[in-house]
Amino acid sequence: MVMEHHEYDVLVLGSGGSGLRAAVAAAEAGAKTGLVCKSLLGKAHTVMAEGGLAASLGNVDPRDNWETHFQDTMFGGKYLNNWRMAELHAKEAPDRARELEHWGAVFDRTPERKMSQRAFGGHTYKRLVHIGDRTGLEMIRTLQDKTVHSDVDVFMETTITKLIKDGDRVVGCFGYRRASGEQITFSAKAVVLATGGSGRIYKITSNSQDCTGDGYALAYEAGAALVDMEFIQFHPTGMVYPPGVAGLLVTEAVRGEGGILRNALGERFMEKYDPKRMELSTRDVVARSIYTEVKEGRGTPHGGAYLDVSHLDSDYVRRKLPSMYDQFLELAGVDITKEPMQVGPTCHYFMGGVKVDPDTGATRVPGLYATGEASGGMNGANRLGGNSLGDLLVFGRRAGIGAAADAAKLAPISLPPDGVAEAQGEVDRYLNGSGTENPFQMHKDLQKIMGDGVGIFRDKEGLTKAISQLESLEARIDNLKSPSNRVEYNPGWQLCREMKNMLTVSLMIARGALLREESRGGHSRLDFTAYSDYWAENNIVVSSAGGFNMELTPTPVFTRDELTELVDARKESEKAS
Amino acid sequence: MSETMAAGGTRTLQIWRGDLTSGELVDFTLETEPGMVVLDAVLEIQRSQAPDLAVRWNCKAAKCGSCSAEVNGKPRLMCKTRLDHLPADEPITVEPMRAFPIIQDLVTDVSWNYEVNKKIVPFTPRDDLPEGDYLIDQADTDRMSEFRKCIECFMCQDVCHILRDHRMHNKYYGPRFMVRLASLDMHPLDGVDRIGQIADDAGIGLCNITKCCTEVCPEGIHITDNAIIPLKERVVDERHDPILKIFKRNKERPGKKKPEATG
Repeated sequence: MVMEHHEYDVLVLGSGGSGLRAAVAAAEAGAKTGLVCKSLLGKAHTVMAEGGLAASLGNVDPRDNWETHFQDTMFGGKYLNNWRMAELHAKEAPDRARELEHWGAVFDRTPERKMSQRAFGGHTYKRLVHIGDRTGLEMIRTLQDKTVHSDVDVFMETTITKLIKDGDRVVGCFGYRRASGEQITFSAKAVVLATGGSGRIYKITSNSQDCTGDGYALAYEAGAALVDMEFIQFHPTGMVYPPGVAGLLVTEAVRGEGGILRNALGERFMEKYDPKRMELSTRDVVARSIYTEVKEGRGTPHGGAYLDVSHLDSDYVRRKLPSMYDQFLELAGVDITKEPMQVGPTCHYFMGGVKVDPDTGATRVPGLYATGEASGGMNGANRLGGNSLGDLLVFGRRAGIGAAADAAKLAPISLPPDGVAEAQGEVDRYLNGSGTENPFQMHKDLQKIMGDGVGIFRDKEGLTKAISQLESLEARIDNLKSPSNRVEYNPGWQLCREMKNMLTVSLMIARGALLREESRGGHSRLDFTAYSDYWAENNIVVSSAGGFNMELTPTPVFTRDELTELVDARKESEKAS
Repeated sequence: MSETMAAGGTRTLQIWRGDLTSGELVDFTLETEPGMVVLDAVLEIQRSQAPDLAVRWNCKAAKCGSCSAEVNGKPRLMCKTRLDHLPADEPITVEPMRAFPIIQDLVTDVSWNYEVNKKIVPFTPRDDLPEGDYLIDQADTDRMSEFRKCIECFMCQDVCHILRDHRMHNKYYGPRFMVRLASLDMHPLDGVDRIGQIADDAGIGLCNITKCCTEVCPEGIHITDNAIIPLKERVVDERHDPILKIFKRNKERPGKKKPEATG
């Protein structure tokens, strides 16, 4: 049988915000562009983003500017960020927001009829462009329509299981169509990973089921480096009850619009943890605060904190937070205009990811690019809310342009047959091999290991145990087999490769977390509770060079006076307060 | 939420299994948890009883519109439908959307919708806009926002008689795309005269306002009243009002241009 095959200059994997923006940019730059997504177009995890897009437009507070956004991002990331990425993001986000509007996106307005901006944790000024609490949907739909009217071929419900290399260079990939099970290959002069994060390694997560770390694992296997994988953002406010919705996101906009956090005793506990910023402290701080209140016995009946907007005008709540209102009424039977929500931390975002050149999204593997949550560096140890939607646009565009420029320099390429055969062997083995491991069971086991040992608070004992448990899963991973060998839309088959990806990612996180003996941002060690000056200057970089390989690289420090001055000024002002 | 919901006890789900050629309802029984939704039950059945049960889902938060199915004969998002809101004394039936070809079990081929969307001319700014920031009223934003809440679950397409019963997929875009056209037509800065497409290729005249689409919309969009009827009125005004016709001979709608092609 002849396998379906396509050839592109630039092939983008993933159809969330960064993938769509990369595809549009690549096509505009003249590259023949393809876009592959695991699900239907428009269903990617970006659709769940609620609060807004951080861009220093200054529409609501004219004091805002890129410098302050840069400082906020660096402070939020505990200065571990890649400075250049934070700079590019802060400078370019306003143009990317305006551009979305020019492509038909509709955002809430100021009285002067400009794009409105709301307050969010860690942002000095009102900065988040938004539409109600469904900003991600607006962004996805706008980019989706822009993409289908750009010269981009879209392959929906197609799973990529392997990047194929010719020598050092990535030259394409292999996968299958989910509906038919038919195999498919792509040759591409440049491949852009826009595959998002990996929240499904935890049971309690706000992430869509697609978030299985595919890009991290594909990049790792292809020889790319990954940075900051130990930093995971637990969003402070996920639903905690009923059990089926535990982890479901409660947008930070609830606090941005004036929501108050209280413990079971009715105390506004953020006064203890961050009296200056209170509910709008950075996410790592609020998440740890809620966790601590619950652990010390001041939690709500369902093990969370109360989040209350019932003091606000009920019409205002329904207009500004419509999907939160529906979500609690439908799923929990709670009218948030009248009674408090119960909320607790939920795995939300991966600060780490594939290490890239800030300007172009290039990884250290020729022909391979990464962007969005799949890439790392921009957010350091903790991401500010609203910075991911800006990140997707700024670096999606840059990766698309970077990949197209790279592709334009190359002669036609072809896939080496042995690479394809190897990839075929793997997916066939999951379907027809002699394996005995059930992927559903292994996924459940993985989630338990990660929740127990590599959660919001970590210590040496728990991490060591988790790593040994993960290693025992690793020893069984090649023994995975789908319970059914039907090829059409087979969920067990799909989960086999995703399971392997999630395990690869989990090991990076756990090993990095054990190595980093300090607490910073999204990484909190019970046995090393303070910042460490040593770790302040080092990023952990993971690669597969000669087996699992972890090394430290000095945090990229900019010698440019302008940025150094901004960071020093911020450190001073924090010290003063 | 301060009160704990009652546990659901044992429930039976009758899930449609099969492909394009044949299929049947298959009984599954499971212990339920408090607050469980249909998708939770289907995924638990997939995990423990029927590992090859095909179901399309992503966010499980009623935001992506992937898990549309016919529950007890009515189109619903499985992730938003609580078991304890369905009659307790009878089995719960879960079937695929019937207006679309079956791929496997609960998964249908909705690709036709994506083909329709490609035909709709994207937002194109009027060429008489001043330099600088777009200025838009919040009232306009609110009006468009209702339509832009659409999560593309395609359940309105599933219940539309024109599509489901009369199979006129080549003559009518369906309610989802009437909503999309309405959001574009009502954009104050859009420069495309969309009446031709709405009336002809999109086939708005075929809708006979039974409001079935509105009833199933999980986002509560007033599809018929706020999108389809105003568009129908615009078509009538533009096409059939004799007085307006004379005016129009001399004057196009300000800022609006006929698209070069609607393909």
